[in-house]
Amino acid sequence: MHTDRQSLTGWGNTAPSVATLVDVTAEELTRPNALTLLRRAGARTGGGRADGARADDGRNDRGLIVRGLGRSYGDPAQNAGGTVVRIAEGAIELDASTGTVTAGAGVSLDTLLRDIVPRGWFVPVTPGTRFVTVGGCIASDVHGKNHHADGSFGSHVVAMTMLLADGTIHHITPTTEAELWWSTIGGMGLTGIIIDATFRLIPVETGHFLVTTQRVPNLDDLLERMEVADHQYRYSVAWIDLVATGSSLGRSVLSCGNHATLDELRSYLPGAADDPLAFDPPLLPGVPVGMPNVLNRAAVRVFNEFWYRKTPREHHGTETIAGFFHPLDMVGHWNRLYGRHGFLQYQFVVPFEAVDTLRAIISKISAEGHASFLAVLKRFGAESGGMLSFPKPGWTLTLDLPAGIASLGGLLRELDRLVIEAGGRHYLAKDASCSPDVIRAGYPRLEEWLAIRRRFDPDGLLVSDQARRLELI
Amino acid sequence: MQNALQEPQNILVLGGGSDIARAIVEELDAPTLRRVILAARRPGEIETDGLCEHAEVVVVEFDATSHETHEAFVESLAAQYGDLDIVIQAFGQLGADDGDDPVAAARLAEVNYVGAVSSGLAVARRLRAQGHGTLIVLSSVAGLRTRPSNFVYGSTKAAQDAFSTGLGHALHGSGARVLTVRPGFVRSSMTTGLDEAPFAVDPSEVAEATVKGLRKGADIVYAPGILRLVFGILRFVPGQIWRRLDR
Repeated sequence: MHTDRQSLTGWGNTAPSVATLVDVTAEELTRPNALTLLRRAGARTGGGRADGARADDGRNDRGLIVRGLGRSYGDPAQNAGGTVVRIAEGAIELDASTGTVTAGAGVSLDTLLRDIVPRGWFVPVTPGTRFVTVGGCIASDVHGKNHHADGSFGSHVVAMTMLLADGTIHHITPTTEAELWWSTIGGMGLTGIIIDATFRLIPVETGHFLVTTQRVPNLDDLLERMEVADHQYRYSVAWIDLVATGSSLGRSVLSCGNHATLDELRSYLPGAADDPLAFDPPLLPGVPVGMPNVLNRAAVRVFNEFWYRKTPREHHGTETIAGFFHPLDMVGHWNRLYGRHGFLQYQFVVPFEAVDTLRAIISKISAEGHASFLAVLKRFGAESGGMLSFPKPGWTLTLDLPAGIASLGGLLRELDRLVIEAGGRHYLAKDASCSPDVIRAGYPRLEEWLAIRRRFDPDGLLVSDQARRLELI
Repeated sequence: MQNALQEPQNILVLGGGSDIARAIVEELDAPTLRRVILAARRPGEIETDGLCEHAEVVVVEFDATSHETHEAFVESLAAQYGDLDIVIQAFGQLGADDGDDPVAAARLAEVNYVGAVSSGLAVARRLRAQGHGTLIVLSSVAGLRTRPSNFVYGSTKAAQDAFSTGLGHALHGSGARVLTVRPGFVRSSMTTGLDEAPFAVDPSEVAEATVKGLRKGADIVYAPGILRLVFGILRFVPGQIWRRLDR
């Protein structure tokens, strides 16, 4: 096990804290004394001075949390003064007869897709980046453009291997251990360590999608079109220009798609049909460290104008997996474009009837003049059953805000109030600023989840900065 | 834990009667603030009404000169209330500084400097174990160059300042930080009756500069900011001129 003391943040580069980072393999986690070794490794502190962590009894009482690829925006994958565990990518075993794959918790969707797409399989759910781990997909119960049709990642998992706080290893399914299962799906890593998981895949003929892109002049038009589109298309999402105000409020680009069959690919993109399952997305050079914040309101306004105008009113064509799902993955460390102070990603869901709340929130952000570069709107389908799972039927809006703006706290609390009053809630994988009562109000099964977590982890071994901040422990 | 907007949940004030510290607490007050702990030698005399809208305010007993109790004191507060996001060291006294009484001077040094060292190290130990948190130390420009009218006080602040800035360097990389605030003359209960020096400010102005520096990740804050330049020059004027500047 390799250990290192490091300052960690989420993808938003905010609220740093220092922890002992321990790198392990999935194999090391299956050994009988794995947990003891982890805790002892975490208690080792480099540097000669006494510093409070009691290394002599082999225990670090600040607990531990597993960290994937650090794509959560806030602080769920860091643990101030404690231990943070990273699991190396493990094995991938595809079972074509059942259409399932078993992958180590540390395997990223990027690695997984490079393995399964050429063999004619696709993941049931992918979020906006491939650089998330299987463990992270489960712990955040991630969703994608197909939530209205296929639900979230957790709905497709059929089995998991977990290392629990008492040091025992369990192979669980939703029927053998329902309470542990549904508290782990969306449970932000606070119920135990996931070692590997088995989940269903989608068979595909090509690695391409048939996509219809439309320019939409305002919010009402968008909401109407999205409702219609979700009956025809498996994948749909809208990108909203939050800088536009007045009659153009909510002006957007709606993107809807379905998997392209081999025949469809042949007719639309005959060159690609020679190697329909190729998957090798490019990665451009990343944004360097020390980049100042270039995404101010003026820059965003220019970008949004250009991007909206360049989109034709309606367009049918094909897109690759990377182009359709993961455009931002092309630019490494794109989060550095927000400069030293970092940024927040604010994502919530409100029920379908709360259209007025949605409009009010969009108006408020446009009016306040904060630069929001990326704003995404999606319709959600049914809940997965995870007690702390975020998606539920309704509209979900996601937007980025630079963290250095002085009045941001007041604005976000105002938005929090609107969301909660409308019967909505916030996404823990993005949260970096909510208070405990806002989370409590949005998740009616929180008390139930807390009771189960305490049963499986009575000493509070699993802790994260987010868990402390939101009183999830 | 602080959130992404650097809003703290728990604040500990060592020296709960300090007008400047209370102004800093008010400046940091937000719905996310859960608890403010005011530690003072005479808890009964501490006013809690109207201090902040959102947090629970708790008053506890604290003696800067009981050095052997400081570590346990900080640990017990953390055990009871959770991680300490911000700790403000604000128990410094002016003393009846006539520069003539050895015993009074020694007592002043024990509070302002020795107390700052023992409490500062106790806090640093906790913040380091926590992996996050900031110690805000209320120093003074009076320590940058001592003058005849308050040189004993000035010397204790100079010593405290050397300690806090050095501690900041020692904590680098641990997640814990130190912010040393150097105010000029502040109109407060500590300075009532004294003639105002040039560039005098209110506690709220010191608080504003402090929180701004806190959010920027600064190591040293001057209040008002111009004192950085003023003392940059004053440090080097010849002694004859320096003495004449004193009132």
